[in-house]
Amino acid sequence: MTDAASKTDLFSKFDPLIQQREALLASGLEDPFNLVMEKVLSPTRAICNGRDTILLGTYNYMGMTFDPDVIRAGKDALENFGAGTTGSRVLNGTYQGHREVEEALKDFYAMDHAMVFSTGYQANLGIISTIAGKDDYIVLDIDSHASIWDGCALGNAQVVPFKHNDIDAMEKRLRRIPEGAGKLVVLEGVYSMLGDIAPLKKMIAVAKKYDAMVLVDEAHSMGFIGPNGRGVAEEQGVLDHVDFVIGTFSKSVGTVGGFCVSNHPKFEIMRLVCRPYVFTASLPPSVVATAATSIRKLMTGADKRAHLWENSRTLHAGLKALGFDLGTEAPQSAIIAVIMPDLERGAAMWEALLHEGLYVNLARPPATPANMTLLRCSLCAEHSADQVQAILGMFERAGKAVGII
Amino acid sequence: MDRAQVDERIRGLIAPFNKKGVTIADATTFAGDLEFDSLTVMDFVAAIEDEFDIIISMNQQAEIENYGQLVDAVCKLKGD
Repeated sequence: MTDAASKTDLFSKFDPLIQQREALLASGLEDPFNLVMEKVLSPTRAICNGRDTILLGTYNYMGMTFDPDVIRAGKDALENFGAGTTGSRVLNGTYQGHREVEEALKDFYAMDHAMVFSTGYQANLGIISTIAGKDDYIVLDIDSHASIWDGCALGNAQVVPFKHNDIDAMEKRLRRIPEGAGKLVVLEGVYSMLGDIAPLKKMIAVAKKYDAMVLVDEAHSMGFIGPNGRGVAEEQGVLDHVDFVIGTFSKSVGTVGGFCVSNHPKFEIMRLVCRPYVFTASLPPSVVATAATSIRKLMTGADKRAHLWENSRTLHAGLKALGFDLGTEAPQSAIIAVIMPDLERGAAMWEALLHEGLYVNLARPPATPANMTLLRCSLCAEHSADQVQAILGMFERAGKAVGII
Repeated sequence: MDRAQVDERIRGLIAPFNKKGVTIADATTFAGDLEFDSLTVMDFVAAIEDEFDIIISMNQQAEIENYGQLVDAVCKLKGD
């Protein structure tokens, strides 16, 4: 590269991040963002960087990734329909399996319409950017997931954030929106960074008072929150007032893909106007087959749900007793966030846990609220009670070694 | 409300966010001079919205880089 070229290097904006990363790795740390799982033994165990490791950061809440029925459905579809569709849902990319997974979603949520996207990210990106147009207002929680923010950025609507889970702040903004403007309130059931839930019952009542449509992202609640596993809105008795539920296949369902379910009478037009749905290839046949099988099994997963909650309560209580600072006072979901004093000690703790044989997510700004560094733990219904105890032992040893407890 | 009155009220609101005691002029920038991060921006914008009973959407915020632009934007929103 010449000097002249380096002056206008488009990558120079990333220099501060490159330097921060180099400084972190110069301390001899294993790269927290470059872990390789050489072998996956089960939903809760893998060989990571050469070590037998308990997985506590995969969002594989219901452990469906290795379910025998799910695997069989995927193999059958791979054999009978091939490796991929090579096309858009609106051209040559809708197979029998895509219809079947949308039917499974309609049954799971008891809703009239279901639309499957290639990822959960694209579901938020597509629905939000398409339904909120110029002169409409999107009112959203400041801690919303990146896919929600990117959906706002892709569209032309006026974007108005409010303080996390602050009902008064949300109401003030709704009240000030000019009369006659379209309004979309975007909320999440579970916020994935701290694992806290939203007071959806109150928030949705306020949204409806101002005649807003409501979209709720239930990515981190499907399958185990609510009487039928439909999420936090169902748990709080307000699913009927939600206009659009966004979800994903990459957590409880155990594969990849995203969706929106709705009772809106005109919902089907989305298939023609939603660009992140139209201008991309549809999911492979094996993926939609595994998803459909998994979703139908999640409808009857009461025992697994109960065990997942027991795991969440045990881990939360155990970590609290050890003296760790946690994201929520009580467990509200299957995510337990352990708050680290800073990025350096967070990264050191992450590595110490990995050496103990435990994988958790290291989450750091800008993905985290309030510039926190977090070790995010997500439990699985397939974690045994013994594994949860083993995990607590690892946290104790690592926490003492790093000087956090 | 004229520009001077809007200016005076915003000066009152900015004080608790101006941790370094930077002298505020029309050309003072929020990101550069005042070093506001995204959380500070949210709280500061909320304080102004509550004071004037207006909405400053993120789309509008993107156009506001310095103090003078903020005062002008609030005057315009109050005038609309």
